[in-house]
Amino acid sequence: MRNLVVRRAIQMLLIMLTVSLLLFAIFDSDQFREKAAVAELGGFGIATLSADDYHEWLQKKGLNEPFLARYAQWLKAVAHGDLGRSVEKDVAVATLLKESLANTAILAFFVLLGLIPIALTLGVLAGMNEGSRLDRVISVAAVITTSIPQIATAVLLTVILALGLGWVPAKSAMTDGWSFRPLVLPLLTLLLYDIGYLVRMTRAAMTEVMASQYIRTAVLKGLPPWRVIMKHALRNALVVPVTLIFLELNGLLSQVVVVEVFFQYAGFGRMLFDAANFGDIQVLQAATLVAIAVAVVSQLLSDAAYTFLNPRVRFK
Amino acid sequence: MKAGIALLLALIWLPLAGYVMFRPALGALAPYLLLPSIPAVILLYGIAVRSWRESRVAVFGVTLVCFWLLMAVTAPYLPLLDPNKPIAPFVAPGGIKHGVLFLLGSDMRGRDVLSRTLWGCQRVLVWGITATSVAYVVGAGFGLIAGYLGGWWDEFVSFAGNVLLSFPVMLLFILVLNLLGQSGFNIIIAVTCSSAPVIMRIVRGLALDARSRDYILAAQTRGEHPLWIMWVELLPNVRGPLIIDACLRLGYTTVAITTLTFLGLGLQPPDPDWGLMIKEAATAALLWKYSYMLIVPAVSVSSLILGFNLIADGTREMSLRD
Repeated sequence: MRNLVVRRAIQMLLIMLTVSLLLFAIFDSDQFREKAAVAELGGFGIATLSADDYHEWLQKKGLNEPFLARYAQWLKAVAHGDLGRSVEKDVAVATLLKESLANTAILAFFVLLGLIPIALTLGVLAGMNEGSRLDRVISVAAVITTSIPQIATAVLLTVILALGLGWVPAKSAMTDGWSFRPLVLPLLTLLLYDIGYLVRMTRAAMTEVMASQYIRTAVLKGLPPWRVIMKHALRNALVVPVTLIFLELNGLLSQVVVVEVFFQYAGFGRMLFDAANFGDIQVLQAATLVAIAVAVVSQLLSDAAYTFLNPRVRFK
Repeated sequence: MKAGIALLLALIWLPLAGYVMFRPALGALAPYLLLPSIPAVILLYGIAVRSWRESRVAVFGVTLVCFWLLMAVTAPYLPLLDPNKPIAPFVAPGGIKHGVLFLLGSDMRGRDVLSRTLWGCQRVLVWGITATSVAYVVGAGFGLIAGYLGGWWDEFVSFAGNVLLSFPVMLLFILVLNLLGQSGFNIIIAVTCSSAPVIMRIVRGLALDARSRDYILAAQTRGEHPLWIMWVELLPNVRGPLIIDACLRLGYTTVAITTLTFLGLGLQPPDPDWGLMIKEAATAALLWKYSYMLIVPAVSVSSLILGFNLIADGTREMSLRD
């Protein structure tokens, strides 16, 4: 088992290196450079940037040096924790990153807190009695919530809970201090989709296990039903859903962009989006690195969990 | 039968794609272009209902998708108001102003919401279907190469796929669309970058499994060219799981396009589009009184995606039953 994880870790390291080279090349392209130049020199748009100004800016920034030399330099700076400075907000990128990541972590914490118990319970209940009325209700609800794109869920929830009933504020900017109420809408938006998705996966795994021979044996042996479920079925049925929960961390990073932009929540996704639009390359670069690191680590964790939970892989 | 369905799909997709992507270049031909697609959609609906009749879920999905397809091809011929012309702003649904009836109300610039919603499905359907097809061709091609040829080909293709998969999807979209510029064609590239690696993995797995089967060995012994074996022997035999995945993926692509337009990264105004309608209403008219402007496009896009997902569910159910 340790071998497998170590091999995956080496693979991941290789991927990270390739990705960082790719990212450096992307941000080194004229499109992003011009955007950054405009942002820094304070012009009105790329159209108003004169060629002389641009070349002077390139010279000043030392961007005319060979590509690989600058890549090595950049890699060294990143390895030392120096992520640069935001042009738009004039603070160190590390500070900006810390604040927005903390905000998104709060959101992610509550999402997982709701997602894991609700989705696993509903999925197991539906998969236990395939074809029963409860199964039908849960399955239909899950298909519907996974079919509504998050942007539409956000809209519908805002209309009902904020504009109609007035229970929670419509925007989550939280300009005067932290509170839980503005968090409700983004949370529900993320939860509705994720619960539906995880319920479907759990249900599929559970029905497959329930149809297997060893469960039939356990039932025919005369074991009480709760014992069959708890001791025999669950252990195998939950392998896939548990690994999916780790992968969900990766999915959340994509989902928070839409949700945070819609509700104006000052989190990681919104920072990433703003930086891309403004041409704040240092921020965008750092945020991308963090996002990919999270994605890679979540994949590694998911692999490790799968190996740990599934004895068939462990003893191979 | 198969050729007939392919012909029908071509009859719907080609005029629709031409109409949406190159309307200015078509000139006087444009108003007549979509006429042959209308009977084609109806015929396709009939065939689809017949072949999925065992699954009620799938028939419901087919109905939803075909409804929007029909709206996309008939929009120019329906008695609708001009979707881009400001008439009277903030008219409530069912209200009459300046002698014009607004069934679903008008938006903050005075454009008819019903007409914008029906016209809006054209862009989503055309770009969504095109982007998914391109992703499929690229993904299935590389998947066949990796799975059938194996060895270094497999290592290289799989590694490239893993690199692309390590990007969170939304981040990939933001990077690609900022790098290449914001247009429908670049959405196709962005969707291909995010979807093709997943399709590649599925096809690779299926091809690895099929490679050791007797019919492949027979073809190899006959001395067939590897490309011919992949195309004629392998691909038709891994079709089943791919159809289900394609339906799901059409749904994902629709979500992606709507979301990107909402974020201002995808298709550009002023043509009607569901993501754009949500974006405009969410910034200019976020009040209970005007919530119809948000609800109508949100429900429309959800119903289209629900349709794709139900077809996938129904197909999977039927394949398990056999």
